[in-house]
Amino acid sequence: MATTTKRSPQRKQDPSVNGKRKRPVWELRLYVAGMTPAAVRALDNLESLCEEHLHGFYKIQVIDLIEKPTLASGDQIIAVPTLVRRLPTPVKKIIGDLSNTDRVLVGLDLRPAAR
Amino acid sequence: MPILAQAKKAVNGNSHRQLSELTLLKVPTGVRGLDQVTHGGFPKGRTALVCGGPGTGKTLLGLEFLVRGAMEFNEPGVCMAFEETAEEMTTNMASLHCNLPQLIADRKLIIDYVQVERKQIEETGEYDLEGIFIRLRHAIDSIKAKRVLLDTLEVLFIGLTDEGLVRSELRRLFHWLKDAGVTAVITAEVGEKTLTRWGLEEYVADCVILLDHRVTEQVSTRRLRVVKYRGSSHGTNEYPFLLDNEGISVVPITALGLTHHAYTEKISSGISSLDQMLSGEGFFRGTSILVTGSAGTGKSSFSAAFANAACARGERALYFAFEESPSQIHRNMKSLGMNLDRWTKRGLLKIFAARPTSNGLEGHLAHMYQGIEQFNPTVVVVDPITNLITVGDVPSVKAMLTRLIDYLKTKGITAMFTNLVFQADVEETAIGISSLMDAWLVLREISYGADRIRMLNLLKCRGMAHDSRMHSFNLSDKGIAINGNNYQAIAATQTRS
Repeated sequence: MATTTKRSPQRKQDPSVNGKRKRPVWELRLYVAGMTPAAVRALDNLESLCEEHLHGFYKIQVIDLIEKPTLASGDQIIAVPTLVRRLPTPVKKIIGDLSNTDRVLVGLDLRPAAR
Repeated sequence: MPILAQAKKAVNGNSHRQLSELTLLKVPTGVRGLDQVTHGGFPKGRTALVCGGPGTGKTLLGLEFLVRGAMEFNEPGVCMAFEETAEEMTTNMASLHCNLPQLIADRKLIIDYVQVERKQIEETGEYDLEGIFIRLRHAIDSIKAKRVLLDTLEVLFIGLTDEGLVRSELRRLFHWLKDAGVTAVITAEVGEKTLTRWGLEEYVADCVILLDHRVTEQVSTRRLRVVKYRGSSHGTNEYPFLLDNEGISVVPITALGLTHHAYTEKISSGISSLDQMLSGEGFFRGTSILVTGSAGTGKSSFSAAFANAACARGERALYFAFEESPSQIHRNMKSLGMNLDRWTKRGLLKIFAARPTSNGLEGHLAHMYQGIEQFNPTVVVVDPITNLITVGDVPSVKAMLTRLIDYLKTKGITAMFTNLVFQADVEETAIGISSLMDAWLVLREISYGADRIRMLNLLKCRGMAHDSRMHSFNLSDKGIAINGNNYQAIAATQTRS
């Protein structure tokens, strides 16, 4: 009994719960290997999606692994294009050209309810 | 006809020359024994597949291929590990006296852990596996690697849902590896109906090695088989292999044939009167000698005397004891006036004692092979081979002995085997192995009045005029003495001593 009473006030202080007003900035990384058609599509899809759901609260960094191959192991990249959500935590990974919007939204924990 | 024959010969000669130029180049793996089995190693610039069940040593074989390459052949290696992290691999290899961090620091090895976690990956459209290609290419370029290990690509099938895509990317990967000119090893789990669970053998058809770990009657044996080696001859049998603190060693003994050199030199049996029976000098070097007898007839004493004589000549003797501990042998032989301690101290004699049940037959063979490779003896004693029957059936014991004898003969090692038989069938060796042996010494006890007399005779000794009569002998603190074949005199000596 004592444990539950101790936990509940902590949960209220958790920033992720009452962070709706103070929206955190999302850090997104898109890994590509050269600007292939799939990479271009992925970037287009990502930008329009971010504009719709995260307007003003996102940063996109595009990493071309052909230029910076050493960066591939850090985020455990095996496929391209790969989108990595660095922030907010936990880190999420989405592969593909992001054309399946529903799956991208689920993968990023961005519920379509935001509409 | 002669013209036709000539033409044929010319054509054959020509194609031979062309063939030798086109012969597949190989890269030595450095794994003990494997290069003999594969007649030179893995195909250079191609990909070899190592498959087997869980815990059969696939990863270890692959890693040893990289480590040996880096250390012995100046060929740096890249390991893409899909299952174990670099830390885990380092710990595993440290138990094999292999310092991976040092190799990594020397830029001779790169271990790249590739994590494929399905839970973390959402697939949202078209993609390819260029990420893996880039990482591999980068690792290869940065240390100019010649060898690559991919352990194990099957994780991709589990981690990604699009199997068709994985397959087409793997096909691209193997082509790419070929173009990169690296010699690669990939590991894979065995499947139920196919060689590997995900059918990787479809892509890697040049060289396929199958590892196996079997337990028969509570005794485990690891085996290796070359299932396929395109463009090359190879040993086709199942070869036992060992995983010990020095890595993997394969025992390719079955590959040997009857091509050994026959020595004319003779070496002493360690008993001067027995040498007298052997045309005055002893046994031929490089032959196999069988000593049979019932319990307590002195088989071990004869073999110890033989080893003792080798050490006295300054040669090295290796004694495999399956019944007694080393100290027991030392003590018992002291009572026959043989001081074996001094040879052990000088490094000329090594007694290798093991319970027969401690290993399967293949395991014993592998251990013996390893012991012989390390100690490099000229004389080997196996005392007794009878006990090995407890861990195998008669045909497999015979097969194992054939391989051991073939191996010893090619190395020019003279070997003495003892075999316990029952009084009644003294001339029928239990395993029917006498045909493999070059010389056969039979020991027995007979009753003469109230006395038991120890008798011996040389039942055979190939290639040598020998005394085949029955002689009596006795064991005393002065050693083994053979007295002659006069029964009355024999009886007299026995009573006196």
